Amino acid sequence: MALLEVEDLTVSFPTADGVVKAVRGVSFRVEPGQTLGIVGESGSGKTVLTQTLIGLTPGADINGKAVFDGTDLLQLSEAQLRRIRGARISVIFQDPLTSLHPLYRVGWQIAEMVRAHEASASRKEARDRAVDLLGRVGIPRPEQRVHDYPHQFSGGMRQRAMIAMALALAPKMIIADEPTTALDATVQAQILDLLLQLQEESDTALIMITHDLGVVADIADDVMVMYAGRAAEKGTKHQIFYESHHPYTKGLLESIPNSSVAADRLRPIPGQPPSLINLPAGCKFHPRCGYVLDRCVCAEPELVRIDAVADHGSACWLPAEAAGVGASAEKLREQAVREGRRGAAVEVAEAIAASPEVA
Amino acid sequence: MTGQAPAASGDVLIRVDNLVKHFPVRTAGFINRTVGQVQAVDGVSLAIPRGTTLGLVGETGSGKSTLARCIAGLIPATSGTVHFEGRDITNLPRQRMAPFRRNIQMIFQDPYGSLNPRRRVGAIIGDPFAVHKTVPADERKRKVQDLMERVGLNPEHYNRFPAEFSGGQRQRIGVARALALRPKLIICDEPVSALDVSIQAQVLNLLADLQREYGLTYLFIAHDLEVVRHVSTSVTVMYLGKIAEAGPKNPVYDTPRHPYTAALLSAALAADPEAAAARQRIILTGDIPSPIDPPSGCRFHPRCPKAQELCGRQEPPLEVKAGDAATHLAACHFPVTAGEKLATASRRARP
Repeated sequence: MALLEVEDLTVSFPTADGVVKAVRGVSFRVEPGQTLGIVGESGSGKTVLTQTLIGLTPGADINGKAVFDGTDLLQLSEAQLRRIRGARISVIFQDPLTSLHPLYRVGWQIAEMVRAHEASASRKEARDRAVDLLGRVGIPRPEQRVHDYPHQFSGGMRQRAMIAMALALAPKMIIADEPTTALDATVQAQILDLLLQLQEESDTALIMITHDLGVVADIADDVMVMYAGRAAEKGTKHQIFYESHHPYTKGLLESIPNSSVAADRLRPIPGQPPSLINLPAGCKFHPRCGYVLDRCVCAEPELVRIDAVADHGSACWLPAEAAGVGASAEKLREQAVREGRRGAAVEVAEAIAASPEVA
Repeated sequence: MTGQAPAASGDVLIRVDNLVKHFPVRTAGFINRTVGQVQAVDGVSLAIPRGTTLGLVGETGSGKSTLARCIAGLIPATSGTVHFEGRDITNLPRQRMAPFRRNIQMIFQDPYGSLNPRRRVGAIIGDPFAVHKTVPADERKRKVQDLMERVGLNPEHYNRFPAEFSGGQRQRIGVARALALRPKLIICDEPVSALDVSIQAQVLNLLADLQREYGLTYLFIAHDLEVVRHVSTSVTVMYLGKIAEAGPKNPVYDTPRHPYTAALLSAALAADPEAAAARQRIILTGDIPSPIDPPSGCRFHPRCPKAQELCGRQEPPLEVKAGDAATHLAACHFPVTAGEKLATASRRARP
């Protein structure tokens, strides 16, 4: 059974300018010991989605279900949630400097967390646990460093301390929201290694939220690509990177400079993400999509399975054969002609068909 | 940029020799005694041929932004020289620096912090015209709108405020402002790291087009190694205020000689799961040390997997290593040899 099963989750925020539709009907599941990577750009709803699960989006209109270990998180009271947060689901945020209190010693902050959830733990026990945890996340001389203040730690060490705090009560699931974005490459690699190693030791499920496809390629098992509050595509890491179907996923992969493709020019996605207050009609990606069909403009596609065997879903009207890098552009062009697509779209499809990369 | 023919070696636009920038560390209080020096940049030399792009790579605290600011004349250098088209522009007084400032412009990382939120876009982009009095006031609007069009902004948005633009569009405003005086050198300090990937590619393409069109020279600072590889003609890797390795981009990326370069490259995450699984990572322990009290000898030796006794004692010179082209330099006593396995960890394969 899945550890977390989210069904048709919708989150919107009423504001003076209109309703911000941050998450619009997202479903996914996370298995114990597995890593789900959620990828998306700013404003795709990836952070709101996960914060809603743990009750950190006050004032939002929330619909749907999120069953974690048998209980629907969205039905819990604040007091019940408080017992789950930190103890059974913990969170690691992007910026470890603002997530740690600057005026309390690092060890105290970890110990406090233990004592808040375990009334029986004495001060001494909690302190010992903090030392032990700092040691586990690779902080040298933890028995001395527990007395340090956050500013005495480097960026990488602070993020290790945050991870120690997240692990303190042996949670079943960790939500990591861009945990390495603020770190240098060599430190990022250390932190990702640490997360994987700890996950293996304790069979914790991990939700990794990131805009960095490199991080996902490195540590995820399954990947969900989000665009404008919806899952554009969902599948295993292999499917997303090598058999992607949704033009947005393909566009993201092609936007990244890549030494193996000696391209003079990058192929960016034109335009910019839509406003979440004023979403376009039909598929929310259609104004930026090179494969747009007439249907895309008026009807929003559901996330449907495009693979008979594996669980690979894409919210796109293109035929299933469009999966894969440089997928059969010829088929797309035929399809465009058959469906009487508008002029520009046919031209785009033909240009793609003619370009040597797709051969 | 990519595809650009290398300029003749004699045509160097900007040359930096042995540049040093130390910031004094003072005690708090009335006396303000100087108790140490932050050695932010410590003896860096480089040259950028006209029309090419030099990529400057390094982690937080390596001194790359300080170096850029010294070159642009925004902060005075402690010692060393900067030559622009053969003329010494180091620490020139304000008035004598003015003509050079027109030729050296900067694009900053944060498109939110680098534009005044209370001024209209037209005024922001037109500022350089007003400051340097190159365009009479009645022609400014037209000139600004030309620039806006050139960088892919709608010229009708002349009277909007920065808040009305997205991150990528704001970065285009920054590019237009940098371009206004037709500079010869543009220093780009992490110009795309605050942008989403799909937008990042748009801005990188724009920078490439402008370079081709106007023959611009770029000093391009970034921590993303794939981005640097894409845009650069040559690459310089900095560590703790010093150059670890420098050379044309392909030799540096394909056969790095400095263990730090090798470690950086091995830590970079490619958006390719198979490459990630096959990757042999060089684990660096610890963090970059404090530039107030840098390690003796080679500054990298406490973290280096190849360090020996000599490395802690003697600083390695930046020189050509055996078998390398004369343009590929590394500062290491025990350079990495081709095919050498430095890897100390490989990522376990997950099903």
